[in-house]
Amino acid sequence: MTSNAASAPTGADLLQVNDLKVHFPVPGGGRVHAVDGVSFVVRRGASFGIVGESGSGKSTTAQGIMRLVPATAGQVVLRGADILGLRGARLRQARRHIQMVFQDPFASLDPRRCAGDLVAEPLRLLEGLSRRQAAARLDALFAAVGLPSEARSLFPHQFSGGQRQRLCIARALATEPDIIVCDEAVSALDVAIQAQILNLLAKLQAERGLAYIFISHDLGVVQHLCDEVAVMYLGRIVEQAPTRTFFSAPRHPYSWSLISAAVPAGPARDALKARYLVRGEPPSPIDPPAGCRFAGRCPFAVERCRAEDPALLATGPGHYVACHRVGEIEAPDFDRAQAA
Amino acid sequence: MDPVLAVEDLTVTLTRPDGPVPVLERLSFSVEAGRTVALVGESGCGKSMTALAIMGLLPEGFARTDGRIRLAGEDIAAAQPSRLRALRGSALSMIFQEPMTALNPVYTVGDQIAEALRLHQRLGRRAALERALAMLRAVQIPAAERRLHAYPHELSGGMRQRVMIAMALACRPKLLIADEPTTALDVTVQAQVFDLLKALQDEMGTAIVLITHDLGAVADIADTVAVLYAGRCIEQGDTRSVMRAPQHPYTRGLMGCTPHLRLGAAADAGTGPLREIPGLVPPLGRRPAICAFADRCGRADATCLDNPQPPLAEAGPARAVACWHPEARAA
Repeated sequence: MTSNAASAPTGADLLQVNDLKVHFPVPGGGRVHAVDGVSFVVRRGASFGIVGESGSGKSTTAQGIMRLVPATAGQVVLRGADILGLRGARLRQARRHIQMVFQDPFASLDPRRCAGDLVAEPLRLLEGLSRRQAAARLDALFAAVGLPSEARSLFPHQFSGGQRQRLCIARALATEPDIIVCDEAVSALDVAIQAQILNLLAKLQAERGLAYIFISHDLGVVQHLCDEVAVMYLGRIVEQAPTRTFFSAPRHPYSWSLISAAVPAGPARDALKARYLVRGEPPSPIDPPAGCRFAGRCPFAVERCRAEDPALLATGPGHYVACHRVGEIEAPDFDRAQAA
Repeated sequence: MDPVLAVEDLTVTLTRPDGPVPVLERLSFSVEAGRTVALVGESGCGKSMTALAIMGLLPEGFARTDGRIRLAGEDIAAAQPSRLRALRGSALSMIFQEPMTALNPVYTVGDQIAEALRLHQRLGRRAALERALAMLRAVQIPAAERRLHAYPHELSGGMRQRVMIAMALACRPKLLIADEPTTALDVTVQAQVFDLLKALQDEMGTAIVLITHDLGAVADIADTVAVLYAGRCIEQGDTRSVMRAPQHPYTRGLMGCTPHLRLGAAADAGTGPLREIPGLVPPLGRRPAICAFADRCGRADATCLDNPQPPLAEAGPARAVACWHPEARAA
């Protein structure tokens, strides 16, 4: 089971991200604080969702974990080792256990290589298998993602978008990882195909005990697939909770805004939007101001919010919120929005 | 009231070396002033091709082979290229999904908005720039005076889409075609762009054709909806009525395969797997003579497999569906 109907995740800790920072220098001075002190734990067999808008740092968090961009500080602990500190053979060894699926399957597949070669590549590079040994594992991998084995000789352009994403998933699965990082993995797909891929991800998780870090801007998809949700804003997690808790009683004003924007149209939504939907766009992540980063757009900000950076504090079991005014402000009536 | 746009039996064909291939087949829909019709469906259903046909911008090899496209009564499908050039940007406008590729990177946004005004309304440079500034204010761009002289790369995605809307509406067109206008934008920005489009539509009486795959957007902004599948309209009607009680299994499938947000107490309820529509839209040139959805449809039976395409038939007040076995009307 992967929907949040399943009991709260009880698996052992699999991946720990500790105070991860990814900063980039800006030509002409200043630093982009793309990821600025992010910590979370992913449990074995569980799905950890990260939501937020462009510039929130959700994709850079994924890239930092995967070492596709260099981390400025922090640790990413998988199987007892900090993968940010590994090199050479030990890094390749660790990469067998954590794999990634990207948003655009066309851009992430080499157009000159056939599907069989593409899926065999991680087996050969990371597990050192011969061409023949790798080929022997392909049938099972293609079957697992619902592709016919004849597809092995086709090239990426001969697949539809949904089939290409299946191919990327087969490639990610090849080394039997513990965890797959999915960065907007279904965002570019048509809704009907998106449902097929989401169901496939859920099935693979149930069969193999896979964990996911699932990065998406789509709250409905995250609610469907994930056990836990973290909301990022300008490089920080501002709220984190088990999925049920998050959607039944979110506590951060930014979470309220995101949810208000996603509520189906109707009078209840109009009322929510009027009070909770924030206007404008996130400010620049270059040298962010002191105080709460959301204060500039927050309808409930007071003096303290502009002066003092709020810490991410526990407000309930597994529920963390970074807001000075938590509990002081009347929360939206999402029951009413749901009933409408 | 006469519709601003009336598309009647629009048929578009692609000429290939091995013969003609149908792209759009006898598509009909209309939209009145101040109203919005949404065209929905998966990639390959013909949504964007419909938009390009209306704009007279069909790509090489594609041609309208039958049907009429009436803009305020005038059949623009039969119009001369010079007439179409005069209409585009003035009476008829379009906004695209990706504003960065639709804006010219080497001109300021002010000059780009002013271009249409100078061309179609013969305004001088200064007067056109003044109107451009008024448009930037109308689309709620902060510090509009400064942004008038900005280049597209200096603006955020949401700002660029606002600039596109300002450009498209500068000459107060009768008809605006919006092709996935918010798909590339963040959710909170999407909501703001839709609010803006609705406000400008109310003020100018613009008719909008919204092209989208996002049923949330349809519910949000469209008065009527036409669901396209494999180049045909398979269901159409009033948005609320179609979304409450879809009659075509494809429409029902599209609605069932989107995860719906469950909030408050409802967040405790679990969900099983999403409903899937198996398979794919048939590619161009491989559409069957029978119902094109039959091979993906759970309700298909001998009637569906032995008969030609079901016609788009009346199915209740202001509703039409093309299915041999539509779902019950009551819901």
